[in-house]
Amino acid sequence: MVKVFVPRDTTALSLGANEVAAALQQSCRDRNIEIELVRNGSRGLFWLEPLVEVETARGRVAYGPVAPGDVPGMIEHGLLDGRPGHPLFLGLTEQIPYLKNQQRLTFRRAGVIDPTSLGEYVYDGGFIGLRKALKKIPQEIVDEVKTSGLRGRGGAAFPAGIKWQTVLDADAHTALSPYSGRKFIVCNADEGDSGTFADRLVMEADPFMLIEGMTIAGLAVGADTGYIYLRSEYPVAHEILNEAIAKAEEAGYLGDNILNSGKAFHLEVRLGAGAYICGEETSLLDSLEGKRGQVRVKPPLPALKGAFGQPTVVNNVLTLAAVPFILAEGGHAYANYGMGRSRGTLPFQLTGNIKRGGVVELAFGITLRELLQDFGGGTASGRPMRAVQVGGPLGAYMPESQWDTPLDYEAFSEVGAVVGHGGIVVFDDTVDMLEQARFAMEFCAVESCGKCTPCRIGSTRGVEVIDRIRADQERNDNLELLEELCDTMEDGSLCAMGGMTPNPVRSALHHFADDFCREVAPNDSKPQPTEEV
Amino acid sequence: MNNIEATDIHRKVRQIVTDLKHKPGALMPILHGIQDDLGFIPEDTVPVIAEGLGITSAEVHGVISFYHDFRLTAPGKYTVHICRAEACQARGCRALESHAKERLGVDYHQTTLDGDFTLEATYCLGNCATGPSIRIGDDIYGRITPARFDELIDKLQTVPLAIQVAPAAAEKEEDRSHG
Repeated sequence: MVKVFVPRDTTALSLGANEVAAALQQSCRDRNIEIELVRNGSRGLFWLEPLVEVETARGRVAYGPVAPGDVPGMIEHGLLDGRPGHPLFLGLTEQIPYLKNQQRLTFRRAGVIDPTSLGEYVYDGGFIGLRKALKKIPQEIVDEVKTSGLRGRGGAAFPAGIKWQTVLDADAHTALSPYSGRKFIVCNADEGDSGTFADRLVMEADPFMLIEGMTIAGLAVGADTGYIYLRSEYPVAHEILNEAIAKAEEAGYLGDNILNSGKAFHLEVRLGAGAYICGEETSLLDSLEGKRGQVRVKPPLPALKGAFGQPTVVNNVLTLAAVPFILAEGGHAYANYGMGRSRGTLPFQLTGNIKRGGVVELAFGITLRELLQDFGGGTASGRPMRAVQVGGPLGAYMPESQWDTPLDYEAFSEVGAVVGHGGIVVFDDTVDMLEQARFAMEFCAVESCGKCTPCRIGSTRGVEVIDRIRADQERNDNLELLEELCDTMEDGSLCAMGGMTPNPVRSALHHFADDFCREVAPNDSKPQPTEEV
Repeated sequence: MNNIEATDIHRKVRQIVTDLKHKPGALMPILHGIQDDLGFIPEDTVPVIAEGLGITSAEVHGVISFYHDFRLTAPGKYTVHICRAEACQARGCRALESHAKERLGVDYHQTTLDGDFTLEATYCLGNCATGPSIRIGDDIYGRITPARFDELIDKLQTVPLAIQVAPAAAEKEEDRSHG
C-alpha cells in the first residue's frame, strides 16, 4: 500500500492540512485506491505547507503547497507513484536545497516520522542515548554533556553541563519540606518569543526525543520527576505530548522502572496561561508552584533551590532535545559542529516578511545575510528588506550594515545584539521603526510581572515618551528622556523583560533614527543616525 | 444565575479541586480544569477553590488576575485571538486588528452583543512563518487577510438549515444553474 504523508503540525493545520488529508482520502475512495495516510510532523519548510509526501522506491517525493482542490488533479498526474507532471511537484524531499543544505541533528526526524509512533522513533535510533545513559553513573552523563559544549538554547546560553553538575552536587535535604530529598527536571516550553517555533516543532514532530532528553537529565542529576511547562498557545503540541507520554509510560520508557533498570522517572505536562514572563525561569517556577508568575531574586539559583524549593534543572526544549544525540553519539560528535564557544547546531527560524519561512538548523557561524538570502529568498512582499529582529521581542533590530555578522553568541553580543532562541523576524521597507519601538514598550507594559518598578512603570512611561516624540512635542528632550529611561530599565530590573526591552527600542532609535525625526524643521538639531543614513 | 445552577457549578468546582489537589502546585491545573469545563471561573467559586486548597481567596484571586487566559466572566460562544506580535506585524496584523474590531464591533476583551464572539489579543501563536495568525477556540489559522477573516466569521455565524431537498428538486435546481 502506498504511504502518503500529510503533516499535522500547527502551521500545516493552520493552512488547511486536515482539509487536504480529507480530500486525499475522499479522492482515493472515489477511485477505489487504498493508501496508508500518515500524519507526520512538519519538515519545517513552512512556505510549502501543506506539504504532501509520497513514499517511492527512490525516496520520498514532495508536493506543495497543496490546497484541497489540488488533490484530484495530483492523483490524475501520478501523485501515488511520485511522478513529475503536476505543477506542485517538488521532486525528492531530501533534495530540496532548503532542506539539503541544513545540518540537521535536532530536527533530523522532524516530518520524517509519525510523531506519536514509538516504533518509528525506536527504529530511527530513538532511546539509544537513554540506553547508554542507563549504563553510566550520573557523573559520566554530566561529563558527556560538558564535553559537548552544549549551551542553553532558551536565550541565555548558559553551559548545560555546568548547570547539571550544580544540581547533581546539590544537597536535596530541606528541613520541614514535603519535597525534601527530591530534585526536579523542568523543561521550559514557554516559547513566547515572536518569531520562534523551534520548540513547538520538536514537540509536535518528535516528542519522544524531548521525553528521552528529560529522562537522561533525570538520571544525570538524580531527579525522579519532570515537568514540561508548556504555553497554552500551543494546543496541538499539548495533545501530541500527552499522547507520546502515555505511550512512553505504557512501553516502560517512563515510570517507576525505566527499561527494567530500577530507576524511576515521571513526566507531566503543565500548561501556562498566557503570560510571556513565565518563559523566564524563576517566574516559570513560581507559576509551576501555582502562584503568580513573578520573577524571583537570584541567588539562590534554581539549580540549588528551584521547583518546590528543591534543586532543579531548568532547560529549554531544544537544550533537552539535543541530549539524546550527545549520549548516543558522544559529546565530541556534537562539539564538532559550530564555532568558537558556540558548539553544536542552532535551529534558526525564518519568519515575518520572508519568502521562504521555516526552520533552518545549522552549525553556528553562518551570517545573517546568508540565511536571509540563500535560505529565505528575500521578503515575501518582494519589497526591499529594511530591519531584522533577531532573538525575540527583547532582541535588537538590526540594519543591513549588521547583516554580515556571523550567528554565534559572542559575535552577536559584540554588535549589541542577541541570538537568543534563534528567531529571525524580517520587515520590509514599509516598517515604521518608531512604531516598533513603541510596541516593545507596550509589550513590556502588558507582560511585565510587576515586581520591578522600572519595568512595570517605565514601560508605560516609555510608550508615552515615544508618543510625544511622534507628536513632535519637545522632541529632543524626549529623545534624551527615552535614553535615560532605557538606562533605568536596564539597571533596575531583575530579569530580561525590563532589562532587555531597551534592546529593540535603542536599536530602532540608533539605526533607524529617521523614523524618529519625521517632520523635524530643517534647522532643528536632530540626532545623527549612526548606521543608516 | 439561579440557585440550582449555582449549586451545580459549585459541586463541579469542588469535584475538580478534589480530583487535582494532590498535585504539587495544584492551583494552575485546577483553574485550567474549571475554565475548560465552564468557560470561565465564576467569581463565587473562588472561595470554594481557596477552601479546597487551604489558601486564602485573595491568593486565588491574585493568580487568576495575573494570567491573561483566566477570566471571571463568561466569554462568547467563540473566542477569537489575534496575534499582535512582531512576526505577524511584519505581515500586516495591525491592519487585520482594526478590521477585526470593526467587523465584530468590539475592542479587545469585549464580547459581541449577540454573545457570539469574544475578541482577545495574543502575543505569538508560534505560527510566525505564515502570519498574520489568529486562533479560534483551539484552531489556529495562518495567512489571514481581512477577507479570509470575514470568511471564517461568516462560516461560524451561519446556522445550517436542516432542509431536506428532494432528489428531483435538486436535479431541477442543477438544470437551472447550468442554464
